Amino acid sequence: MTPSLESRPRLVPGCRLNEKTQPSRVLLMPERALRLSGPSLEIVERCDGQHTVRQIVSELQALYSKAEPQKVEQDILGYLERLQEQRALDFE
Amino acid sequence: MAIPIPTPLALVAELTHRCPLHCVYCSNPLELTPRGRELPADVWARVLREAADLGVLQVDFTGGEPLARPDFTELVRAARGAGLYASLITSGLPLDEKRLEEIVGAGIDHIQLSFQGAREEVAAEISGTRTHAQKLRVAGWVKRHRVALTLNFVIHRQNLDQLEDMLALTEEIGPGRVEFAHVQYYGWAFQNLKRLLPTREQLDRSLEIIKQAEARLRGRIRVEYVVPDYYAKYPKACMGGWGRKVLLIKPDGDVLPCHAANVLPGMKFENVNVQPLRRIWEESDAFRKFRGEDWMPEPCRSCDRRTQDFGGCRCQAFLLAKDAAAADPVCSLSPQRKVVDAILAELNAPGPPVREPGDEWLYRPNPA
Repeated sequence: MTPSLESRPRLVPGCRLNEKTQPSRVLLMPERALRLSGPSLEIVERCDGQHTVRQIVSELQALYSKAEPQKVEQDILGYLERLQEQRALDFE
Repeated sequence: MAIPIPTPLALVAELTHRCPLHCVYCSNPLELTPRGRELPADVWARVLREAADLGVLQVDFTGGEPLARPDFTELVRAARGAGLYASLITSGLPLDEKRLEEIVGAGIDHIQLSFQGAREEVAAEISGTRTHAQKLRVAGWVKRHRVALTLNFVIHRQNLDQLEDMLALTEEIGPGRVEFAHVQYYGWAFQNLKRLLPTREQLDRSLEIIKQAEARLRGRIRVEYVVPDYYAKYPKACMGGWGRKVLLIKPDGDVLPCHAANVLPGMKFENVNVQPLRRIWEESDAFRKFRGEDWMPEPCRSCDRRTQDFGGCRCQAFLLAKDAAAADPVCSLSPQRKVVDAILAELNAPGPPVREPGDEWLYRPNPA
């Protein structure tokens, strides 16, 4: 399911980032851990139920201004969709 | 050649071998640790910190029944304090709403609730206790909190035909994740193998049902399925490779590479009361024994799959081929595959199953 730009992704209960103080950032969930860095970390940090998908896209486009904006949007939508299928987040 | 030492990701903490259930496939060893030898909470708290320092991200609190320990909440707090992701693997039996609130308040991230079947009758025969109604209550309570819920159905010949009912129950409860885990044949399950291993027909049908369920539930419930490896062509990557990703600590503090390793002859396991966890992980004979590839015989040594399955399971090699260093006998490339095929042939023979005198369940008892 491709997320709507107006929805607000939020990590599901039992899925969380490890502490900022730890040397590498990891998304923790039952029986799994995804190492995050660069854009994947920037995206997941914004999946707080506050940011809309549209806001996440525009903030990432600003952060990665050298990349093609259309490509950034597609990558984010695909990534959020995968995380939703893995039951790491929901669109509220 | 020196083997680079990997970083462990998960610690399986067997807090106790005490349990209100007596499941015929329990993953605990045949020789259970008595209550008097269980590590106290302050030692566990230190070990959890040592595990986090070693790189461990997640701790799975299991048993026995971890809630048989009155100090369980304290251990959850210690795990979160150490920066770990904390899972509770439970039968749900000792739980009430108040205790659940305490555990959630202490920071539990994930609760895995085990089911022995979709209905009371089979579940009661398997676990030797009536528990099903309480599990349904617990699932309802957990759903009211912001923690992950996994339902875990252990499946085998006696309940595999209820798979659709288990799925219906899962959809009714609505967890984030469900595991259908075929019994793994070690310890108690190996003793009861002839009555637990499914037939090929049952297995094929269950795979079809799971495939449909995965499609239907995609995006709602994550469905995981653990195959019975006797029917597989290649072995499982047991524990993600020996001494590679996981370590297990027994109730008395012995540190093992897997649940069943104590069946292997000549293995000596170090204890957290005597040595730091890092030294045990990095240097102990038990962890070095089958780490990497140097120990591998043929056909593993020259096999392309050795970096995927790491030669399979050492305990299975010992149980079926009487040699812990042999290729896992479930592998179609193993010279010992005939042992597994003979078991399957007997099981899948036409006609009613042969019942021998004394052919009864061996229930797991409680430790002293």
